[in-house]
Amino acid sequence: MISQDRFHAGLLNPEVAIPEGLSDGQNRPAGRRYGVYRNNVTVSLRDALAEGFPSIVSLIGRENFDHVARAYLRQSPPTSPLMMHYGAELPAFIGGLEQLKHLPYLADVARIDVAMRQSYHAADSTGIDPTALQALDEETLLQTRFTFAPSMILLRSQWPAGSIWHYTLRGGDKPQGTAEDTLILRAEFDPEPVVLGAGAAEVLMALQNGTPFGTALDAAPETFDLGTLLSTLLTHHAIIDLT
Amino acid sequence: MPDATQSFPHLPSAPGVGYKAQHFIDILNDPGPVGWLEIHAENYMGDGGRPLAQLRVLADRFPISVHGVGLSIGGETRLDPDHLARLKHLVGWLNPASFSEHLAWSTHDSHFLNDLLPLPYTDATLTRVADHIDEVQEVLGRKMLLENPSSYLAFDESTYSETDFLRELVRRTGCGLLLDVNNVFVSATNLDYSPHGYIDAYPLEAVGEIHLGGHDEDQDDHGAPLLIDSHGREVVDPVWALLDDTLAKSGPKPVLVEWDTDVPDWPVLAQEARRADTALTRVLA
Amino acid sequence: MSKTLKSVAIVGAVAASLAAHTTTATAQSKEKCFGISLAGQNDCAAGPGTTCAGTSTVDYQGNAWTLVDAGTCTEIELPAMADGTERVGSLEELNRDLPS
Repeated sequence: MISQDRFHAGLLNPEVAIPEGLSDGQNRPAGRRYGVYRNNVTVSLRDALAEGFPSIVSLIGRENFDHVARAYLRQSPPTSPLMMHYGAELPAFIGGLEQLKHLPYLADVARIDVAMRQSYHAADSTGIDPTALQALDEETLLQTRFTFAPSMILLRSQWPAGSIWHYTLRGGDKPQGTAEDTLILRAEFDPEPVVLGAGAAEVLMALQNGTPFGTALDAAPETFDLGTLLSTLLTHHAIIDLT
Repeated sequence: MPDATQSFPHLPSAPGVGYKAQHFIDILNDPGPVGWLEIHAENYMGDGGRPLAQLRVLADRFPISVHGVGLSIGGETRLDPDHLARLKHLVGWLNPASFSEHLAWSTHDSHFLNDLLPLPYTDATLTRVADHIDEVQEVLGRKMLLENPSSYLAFDESTYSETDFLRELVRRTGCGLLLDVNNVFVSATNLDYSPHGYIDAYPLEAVGEIHLGGHDEDQDDHGAPLLIDSHGREVVDPVWALLDDTLAKSGPKPVLVEWDTDVPDWPVLAQEARRADTALTRVLA
Repeated sequence: MSKTLKSVAIVGAVAASLAAHTTTATAQSKEKCFGISLAGQNDCAAGPGTTCAGTSTVDYQGNAWTLVDAGTCTEIELPAMADGTERVGSLEELNRDLPS
């Protein structure tokens, strides 16, 4: 009897021999017929990763990406049938690859692709009416806590990860060698990576932790531009509740 | 939160297509002969966003068939309770016209392999698959359809023909069947038996839906034809002929065209649906 | 003006300027909400879906690999970062940047 253990063993490992007891229906060994399943598994997962990491495919080319993907999928096949989430650990895997050591920003750009997918499939929410903020008196406003949309994701990087993402996928300007924070925002159904100005990530992290608005602003440097951050959040419906 | 509820109790005996997001506007504007849509369950198990928004709109207009690809009904281990719960949630709010899955396995040691892997047809697998179908039907509170696989090899240990195996599953569980005539053609070519003989032996009375799709042609180690169920091109003439043969015996059924890789623009897929419509019209005449 | 007072003024000004034209998702047209065709767009955020199809592409073998010079990373040059190392994004420079 061929257990699924044995059938499975060779699917992700080309070194494992084809299980005995499989034939072409006419008593000849299955041979490359078993290879069809090996290809189905490998190619479908490889292509799934390529779909999930468009920025990495663009940055290193499809041929290089396929090598990375094949190595990753053998080590980390999906653990859930929800393929939309597959590859969450690929950024860390990329960060550890010798062949990609000279591209140290790659892992963080890959994290943007993961976050874009998470945002795309995140729960729907409705942004507050901006007049609700306007209506608060000064003391109340400074005590107010913000609740953000489930589709909003903050990523910090010591590399210009957001600018690299825009450069390679959207024809954005050439990235400069600065650290960058990127905020994924989904106004309707299409998430967008927005590169943040100085201090914005610190303020957002404080707000995400439930710090009142006034206290969160204390963390900001002088160069922090509250107006820009606030209009970005409001136009993307990212603030969904005030308490 | 999703709140659509389908008011279509059955799939119509009309052409359907496997739904692809890029066809959304085209389907709403010009569905042609398409009378229903099939979705893959797992792609609508996210928390929100466009996939669920599109599905709610489509479900108002078309009967929906939910087709699972991730349940691993043929698996040796118990069905994943988390996945079963997700399926129950989806089928619960959507109330689709049909739910179907595959006679295959895809999960092993908590690894999901993203392929429909084959089973030996033995008493042991029969018992296991029947138990899993019972569990699915109990959890979902509805009858499910089970689809015949595309086979690329045979197990020496098999003691049932595929048609006898399916017939016995229907008898034990009361499930219905999804007959994929392209899979029949692919398996029959690969394992060297007659596809029309397969249809003659198949329990057509249990069929709730028929699938069609395109396949690729390859060769095995001995130069024998090896067809691959790629869903990436037009349905070939011998498969249309097999559909005619099937419909002549079964009467009209819901007929679905699957096109999953190298997905064409809508008019090409609509043309395939039109051809299915012609086959259905011929049976009614 | 103190920092917080200035902040309060900014919040009021931003909220006022946006109030007129910020709408909620439900107010958008169906075309906008649902109708964007993602086919061919190379940065579709939907990610991969499931498949019940097979493939005739052969790609289950292969282990060791080296990078080929490809992709936009060859166009990106970043100046020295925190560790002072000159980071050059060209694949040509691969060996220079690798620890020996």
